[in-house]
Amino acid sequence: MAVTFDAAAGPDMSAFLRRTDEGQTRLDLLVTGARCAGCIARIEREMARLPGVASARLNLSTGRLALGLEGAAVDPGRIISALERLGYPATPYDPGAALAQRDVEGRQLILALAVAGFGAMNAMMFSVPIWAGLFDQELGPATRSMMMWMSAAVGAPCAIFAGMTFFKSAWRSLRAGQANMDVPISVGVILTLVISFSETVLNGRDAYFDAAVSLLFLLLIGRWLDHVLRAKARSAAGDLLALQSPVACAVDAAGRERSIPLGDVQPGDLLRVRPGDRIPVDATLEDGEALLDNSLLTGESAPERVFPGQLCRAGAVNNSGLLTLRARARSEDSTLAAIARLVDAGAQSRSRYVRLADRAAALYVPVVHAVALATFAGGWALGLDPREALIRAVAVLIITCPCALGLAVPAVQVVASARLFRRGVLVKSGAALERLAEIDHVVFDKTGVLTEGCPVLVGASSTIIAMAAPLARASGHPMARALARAAGEGPLATGVTEHPGLGVEGLIDGRRARLGRAAFLGVPTRSSGETEIWFGFEGDTKVRLQFTDGLRPDAADTIKALKARGMTVEILSGDRIGAVKGVADTVGVADWRAGLLPEEKSDAIDRLTAGGRKVLMIGDGLNDAAALARAHAAVAPGTALAASQNAADLVLTGDALMAVVEAIDVARSARRRALENFGFAALYNLVAAPAAMIGLVNPFVAALAMSGSSLVVTLNALRVRGGR
Amino acid sequence: MNILLLLGPFSVFLGLMAVGAFVWTLRTSQYDDIQGAAERILIEDDDNPDSSANGDAAVR
Repeated sequence: MAVTFDAAAGPDMSAFLRRTDEGQTRLDLLVTGARCAGCIARIEREMARLPGVASARLNLSTGRLALGLEGAAVDPGRIISALERLGYPATPYDPGAALAQRDVEGRQLILALAVAGFGAMNAMMFSVPIWAGLFDQELGPATRSMMMWMSAAVGAPCAIFAGMTFFKSAWRSLRAGQANMDVPISVGVILTLVISFSETVLNGRDAYFDAAVSLLFLLLIGRWLDHVLRAKARSAAGDLLALQSPVACAVDAAGRERSIPLGDVQPGDLLRVRPGDRIPVDATLEDGEALLDNSLLTGESAPERVFPGQLCRAGAVNNSGLLTLRARARSEDSTLAAIARLVDAGAQSRSRYVRLADRAAALYVPVVHAVALATFAGGWALGLDPREALIRAVAVLIITCPCALGLAVPAVQVVASARLFRRGVLVKSGAALERLAEIDHVVFDKTGVLTEGCPVLVGASSTIIAMAAPLARASGHPMARALARAAGEGPLATGVTEHPGLGVEGLIDGRRARLGRAAFLGVPTRSSGETEIWFGFEGDTKVRLQFTDGLRPDAADTIKALKARGMTVEILSGDRIGAVKGVADTVGVADWRAGLLPEEKSDAIDRLTAGGRKVLMIGDGLNDAAALARAHAAVAPGTALAASQNAADLVLTGDALMAVVEAIDVARSARRRALENFGFAALYNLVAAPAAMIGLVNPFVAALAMSGSSLVVTLNALRVRGGR
Repeated sequence: MNILLLLGPFSVFLGLMAVGAFVWTLRTSQYDDIQGAAERILIEDDDNPDSSANGDAAVR
C-alpha cells in the first residue's frame, strides 16, 4: 500500500513553508532514522508520490529533507504524519535559521587552501632544479634565473591570494594594538616574497617562493580544520534547537487556529497550547485549570496548578488538556527573553578567555622578531654584506614561522572532538575543550541532569499496572505516559474522554474506569497529590499510583568517577529541599543547596570563580542558563532548552551522563598533546633559529624543516586518547 | 633546453586545470552530502514500470 495523507488534522504548520523566486513553495524537514540507500529511496519515492509534492531530496549527512511543493495548499502536518508512518519521525526546520547558515567563510578558506596547494606544488617543481644547483649539479646561471622567474610567476600570486586571510586578520589585530599569531606569519610571508623577488631580479642565489606558499598551505590546513570543527558543531547544535518549534498557535476572530512565528505574537492575542507543548510567551489563562511543568524554568519538579486570570510563564510545559491563553507580553519581553539577557552577559565574561595558541603567540612574536632584527643588525655590524644579512634575517623568519604552532592546536582539537562526537558529546568550539581541561570543581543541576526529568512509576504491582494501562495509553499526560511505558504494548481503552486538569475516563472491557487526580475519582484527598494519580473501576476500590523523578542510572557512577579524578562536586538546585536532599544522599554528594533562584545560582558560580576555582556547570533548565554562561566551562544535555544549549560549550546528544567524564578525560589528553606540540615547536626553533642566523639555512633546508616539523606535530595530535 | 620554455608553462597549465576542476566541484556543492552520494549509487533506477511495484513491496 502506498502511503497517503493522514485524514486527521494536526496543528497548522504553514509558517514553515517558504516561497521561492520561481513561484514554488519549499519545505525543509529534519528527518531522523534515515541511514542507508534504502531509506533515501523509500523516503524520496513516497514523498514525490504525495499529491502536491513536486520534488524531494534527502541529504543523508545532515538528515535534512528538502521538498518542493506545488502551491501552498499542502499541509506540512500531513507530510510529517505520512513520514512518520513510513517510520521516520520528522520535524519542520526553521527556514530562517537554514538560510542564515550559508558557510561563506568556509568556502573562502577552502578556495585559499586549493590555490595554496596548487602554488606549493608548482613552485616546488621549479625549485627542485635550483636545489640541485645548490648541491653542485650542473645548472647554468641562465637556466637558474629562468627557474626562479617561473617560480616567482606561480608562487607570488598564489601566496598573495592564499595569504589574504592572514594579512587581514593581522591588520585588524595590529589596529587594535595587539599582536596575534597572524602578525609574524604576515610579516614573514611578505618579507620573504619581497626578498625573494629582489634576489630573482639581482640574479641571486636564494629564492623562497616555494617556502612561502607551502607555509601558507600548511597553516591554512590548520585554519580550515578549526573552521570545520566549529561549523559542524554549529549545524548539529542548530538541528537540536530546530526540534523546539519557534511557532505559536493563535486563534483569530473567526475562531480558526493558525500558526504564527513567535516574534509576531502581540499582547492580547488569543493562543492555544496543546498538551505537552511549551507556553510560547508570558500569558494569562482564559478558562479551565492548567497544570504547568516549570521544571525547566525553576527546577521545581512538581507541576504548578494555575487558575483562570493567573500568569503562565513562557517556557513552562502544558501538562493538562488543550489550554486557551491570552498573550500578556511579546516574545522579547517574556520571562524567556529576560533569562536570555542574563546569559548574554555571562557569555561576554567568558569570551575574555585567551586561547592556548594565542597565549603562545604573545610570548613568541616579540622573541622571533627580536631575533630576526638582531640577525640583520649583528650580521651587518660583523662585516657581512647588508644584502646577505637581510637574507639571513629572512631565513630566521621563515624557519621559525609558527607553522607547527598553527597546526598544533587545531589538529589535536579536531581529533578530540571527532572522538567525543562518536561518543555522544557535541563540542561547540576548540576553546571549550581547552577550558574543560582546566576544571577542578563540578556543579550539577538536579532536575533533568542527575534525574531523568520525567516521572517514573514506583512500587506498583504488575497486575494493577496491567489493569490501568489501557486507559493510560489513551492519555498524553506525563504520568499516564510513564504508566503506559511501564506496562509496555497492549490494548487501548474505548470511548475515552480526557478531562483537562483532572484525568481520563473510558471503557476497559466494557467497564467504566477513571484514571486521574484523587478528586476526579471521588477519593478524599489526604496528601499533596502532585506526584500521584489514582485508578479505579466505577463502584470498585480505588488504587493509588505513585511517581518519582527517576535518577539517571549512571548518576552515582559519574560522580564517583569525577571525585576519583580529584574534582569536588556540588549540587545547586531550584527544587524543594526534600527532593534535593534525597538525590544528593543517593548519589553521594555532601555539598548541596536547594531552592535557588537563577540569579543565586550564577552568584554562587561567581563566588567559586572569585575563590580561584575553575567551575564546570552541568544544567538543562532556563534557571541554569545564566550559571552555564558564567561558569568556566558548561555542559547541557540534549534535552535542554534552547537558551541553555546556547549557553553551554558541550551538548550531550546521548542519554549517558558518564559522557561528561569521558569529555573531561579527552579534553585533558588533548591539552597534554597540545602542550607537547608546543614543546616540540620550541625545541625545533632552538635548533633552527641559530642555524639560520649563522647562514646554514638555504631554501632546500627551509622546505625540509618546515614540512618535517608539521608532520611530527600532526602525528602527535593523532595520539589523543578516547575516554574509556 | 628550449623545451623547458614549453614544458614549464604547460605543467602550470595542467595544475590550473586541476584547481579549476576542484573549484567547480565546490561551486556545484558536491561535498554537501558525502554520505548520501556514497549510498545513492545503490539505488536502482525507476525506469521500468515494474520497479514501482517492487517499491511498494518494500514499503509494505
